[in-house]
Amino acid sequence: MTQTESRTALVELSGVSKNYGNVRALEGVSLEVRAGEITCVLGDNGAGKSTLIKIIAGLHQHDGGTLTLDGEETRLSSPREALDRGIATVYQDLAVVPLMPVWRNFFLGSEPRKGVGPFKRMDVEHMRRTTHAELLRMGIDLRDVDQPIGTLSGGERQCVAIARAVYFGAKVLVLDEPTAALGVKQSGVVLKYVAAARDQGLGVVLITHNPHHAYLVGDRFVLLKRGTMVGNHERDAITLDELTRQMAGGNELDDLRHELQRPQGRGERRE
Amino acid sequence: MNATQVKEADERLLHTSALRKLLGRPELGSVVGAVAVFVFFAFFADSFLRASSLSTVLYAASTIGIMAVPVALLMIGGEFDLSAGVMVTSSALVSSMFSYQMTANVWVGVGVSLLVTLAIGAFNGFMLTRTKLPSFIITLGTFLMLTGLNLGFTKLIDGTVSTKSIADMEGFPSAHDVFASTITVGGVGFKVTILWWLALVAVASWILLRTRAGNWIFAVGGNKDAARAVGVPVTKTKIGLYMGVGLGAWISGQHLLFSYDVVQSGEGVGNELIYIIAAVIGGCLITGGYGSAVGSAVGAFIFGMTSKGIVFAEWNPDWFKFFLGAMLLLATLLNAWVRKRAEATK
Repeated sequence: MTQTESRTALVELSGVSKNYGNVRALEGVSLEVRAGEITCVLGDNGAGKSTLIKIIAGLHQHDGGTLTLDGEETRLSSPREALDRGIATVYQDLAVVPLMPVWRNFFLGSEPRKGVGPFKRMDVEHMRRTTHAELLRMGIDLRDVDQPIGTLSGGERQCVAIARAVYFGAKVLVLDEPTAALGVKQSGVVLKYVAAARDQGLGVVLITHNPHHAYLVGDRFVLLKRGTMVGNHERDAITLDELTRQMAGGNELDDLRHELQRPQGRGERRE
Repeated sequence: MNATQVKEADERLLHTSALRKLLGRPELGSVVGAVAVFVFFAFFADSFLRASSLSTVLYAASTIGIMAVPVALLMIGGEFDLSAGVMVTSSALVSSMFSYQMTANVWVGVGVSLLVTLAIGAFNGFMLTRTKLPSFIITLGTFLMLTGLNLGFTKLIDGTVSTKSIADMEGFPSAHDVFASTITVGGVGFKVTILWWLALVAVASWILLRTRAGNWIFAVGGNKDAARAVGVPVTKTKIGLYMGVGLGAWISGQHLLFSYDVVQSGEGVGNELIYIIAAVIGGCLITGGYGSAVGSAVGAFIFGMTSKGIVFAEWNPDWFKFFLGAMLLLATLLNAWVRKRAEATK
């Protein structure tokens, strides 16, 4: 990756809005993702994070603003098209099919094949070997690629999904709350793989409501609140404390603190 | 498998690997059940072990098994088809009536029948994927409509509930050979449906285990949304599965027609449940995502052994349904246990 390459935004959203019927889900959101960088999207429940992710992943189309991929304005019509353009999305809860073996999950939707005509079949041996090798490269030493993926831990499952996206040549990795359901240690493992993907030159969009996780790996931070963008910061322009404060509601938090502090004044119910 | 794989299957797996692999097979429960049923009837029914009895049992198994294979695939794909039973009758009726009314050669009717059953399957799949209603409702509707159409059309055209004989028509002998002949091996006659059945099991197993479509079938049944998100054509896969049931109904229907030369238009009602039972006994999860074609064959074989074994033992055949029900419960419990292991072992 040269310096100039990493300067071009892989994905750029500018003033994007989205309505569901008469509900305004997203309004004037801008964000950019560059190769080898992690853009974090932070927001509380209902802030519009999922809507944003669905637009980038091709599940929904934006109603206003522009979506630019590699400098070309575009509109994604399906998840398949997004994948073909190099955008891989890893969803928190629907990343894998639990009852299927790890190797089948790894190649699901992009199965390599050999043979001709009616005898065209999956290259099972290659699939098994590649799955094992690719996971090993990400630091997961799997005992048995034939085990149902549901038997892996939540963190490992996320990592398989990330490894899969990296293997299939994704240029942009969109991660939907990868650490939301995980414990502290598992979260750390997943963040390590996110960083590993970044180091391989991918642009990463990390959706989270945990500013601590975001600040550990993020290069820029987009804050959403009730469908609108309330902040867009470069890493060196914001501290963790400020990010946490804004994320938690900024001035609202000060008011809340003020309210919650009052009973501490023992007996002095009224001032 | 290849050498590196064996080397890499490291020491942490110890010796549990083979046993765990075996326990992880969907057919395990049904195979144990089949052996138990076999031993049971071998003990209680004197004539059960004769070769002619085996032929009878296999024939009974094959008539169910031919449909149990596509029904199992569909169930792995996460859906039901309640119209499968009467679709067999529809297939036979279309073939018979089209040939009789329109042409002189039965093969034309056979071809038209294939198109019609595939269309019914496609209709089921299309309605399901378009409306997103549960397959139970969609195919219950198709089931009732087909039941009505079967009776209504037959009475309208032939005046009675059965079709006219097509035995003297051109092509009947050759069609009879293909769909309903008897092959004699070592003095015992085996019905050709057994070959159809085994061929279907082989093709379905190959599709499930070795092709991309098989991967998609497991995926749409196991987690439809995840499958769609990674680019699996969910709609196409489901419609294809329903058309597979149509194909099975076509083979079964042609057998029904060419075994005799007339078709009773009220037949087939209730068989859809027997196909589902065979698939479930064979290890298919009714919630989808897990199962095998071989399992459905073992399920159908258990069905054949039980239905004929009771006759060989000279018991009252009324007991048959009780056996079937008890086996279904046992199989489902066993499968639930196996799945819990598969999802929870670490």
